[in-house]
Amino acid sequence: MSATATPRYEGKARLAHYFDTRAQQYDSHKLGMWLFLVTEVLMFGGLFCAYAIYRANHPEIFLYAHTLLDKNLGAINTVVLLFSSFTMAWSVRAAMLGQRRLLAGLLAITLLCGFAFLGIKGVEYNHKWQHGLLWGDRFDYAALQEHGAGAGAAAAGGAGAEGQAVMSELDRAAEVTVAHGHEPAAIPRNVHIFFGIYFVMTGLHGIHVIAGMVVIGWLLRRAVRSDFGSRNYTAVDLGGLYWHLVDLIWIFLFPLLYLIH
Amino acid sequence: MDEPGTPRDPAATDSVLDEPGGGDLRPHPVPLRLLAATFGALIALTVATVAVTYVDLGRLNLILALSIATVKGVMVAEIFMHLRWDRPFHRFLLLSALSFVALFIGILLLDSTSYQADLIQGFAPGVSQ
Repeated sequence: MSATATPRYEGKARLAHYFDTRAQQYDSHKLGMWLFLVTEVLMFGGLFCAYAIYRANHPEIFLYAHTLLDKNLGAINTVVLLFSSFTMAWSVRAAMLGQRRLLAGLLAITLLCGFAFLGIKGVEYNHKWQHGLLWGDRFDYAALQEHGAGAGAAAAGGAGAEGQAVMSELDRAAEVTVAHGHEPAAIPRNVHIFFGIYFVMTGLHGIHVIAGMVVIGWLLRRAVRSDFGSRNYTAVDLGGLYWHLVDLIWIFLFPLLYLIH
Repeated sequence: MDEPGTPRDPAATDSVLDEPGGGDLRPHPVPLRLLAATFGALIALTVATVAVTYVDLGRLNLILALSIATVKGVMVAEIFMHLRWDRPFHRFLLLSALSFVALFIGILLLDSTSYQADLIQGFAPGVSQ
């Protein structure tokens, strides 16, 4: 391996008595983290399954309801999260190279990105709350009829020919006549199903963002204490893996919830 | 490479296979350029996925959106999550989880669509409004 002129800062390395070597310790920790991430994937898998089934059976709900989400805020949040993943990956590098100040700075930026993400999410949730765009019984259809008329019209325009085709096909196929409105932009039944799925998926994701921020905050504190270096970077690496997984899930949530066509 | 600080005698480290470094950590910092390029590509793909929603491609829209998301996911997993240089077993773990999720969704979709004939369009089962 390459020898640098000035030795890298090594950090405060510890070896638990039940491990033979540091490499073995690192590998065990990393394997454990990956096993945990696998269970996370499976947990979110259940929610993606619920999404897939409702969308396959009731596409009109999704076509209509996604227009009530703010595509721009969703895109901004995607960029924020991708950027934080970049700074997180960079901080793992900084820890390995023993760049203590850089490491602390990058972790701080990552943490700030987490706050920014939650802030934007809060703006979105607040908007939904005020317009009664909520789950189950809390969904306010009366308010949607009034307020959502504009959004609904935009939905019909935005969704375009495909949305119209789905609606007219439904009209033909339905044995029971669905008593929806007169104009084609009528609000489909059971829009609250979409918001149930939206809130559970983004809410569970948001809880993961908060958990990731707690981990990054802890890493930042230890980075400031100069704990990490070229022989002690496991915690940064594993915290990073968790943060990247949160990013990975959002990469799929964003197009599936905000960008339905 | 043998560090004087290694607490065990060299014989003990022999038990750890494929560790030529005497059992010490062998950090592999990912080049900063590669990280930055990955970030740039991820942003470009995000712009692309938003842009294609303004074009009506029918069914292709969903396929395209999921394909772009998958490409982004592979980049995050392979580079940011370091899978490309890791033990292959970690990648195997992730792929096995994703396979089970695919199986889960696939079989349930098959089952659900087999009841399509009984479904009243526009109504979701088990809910009232």
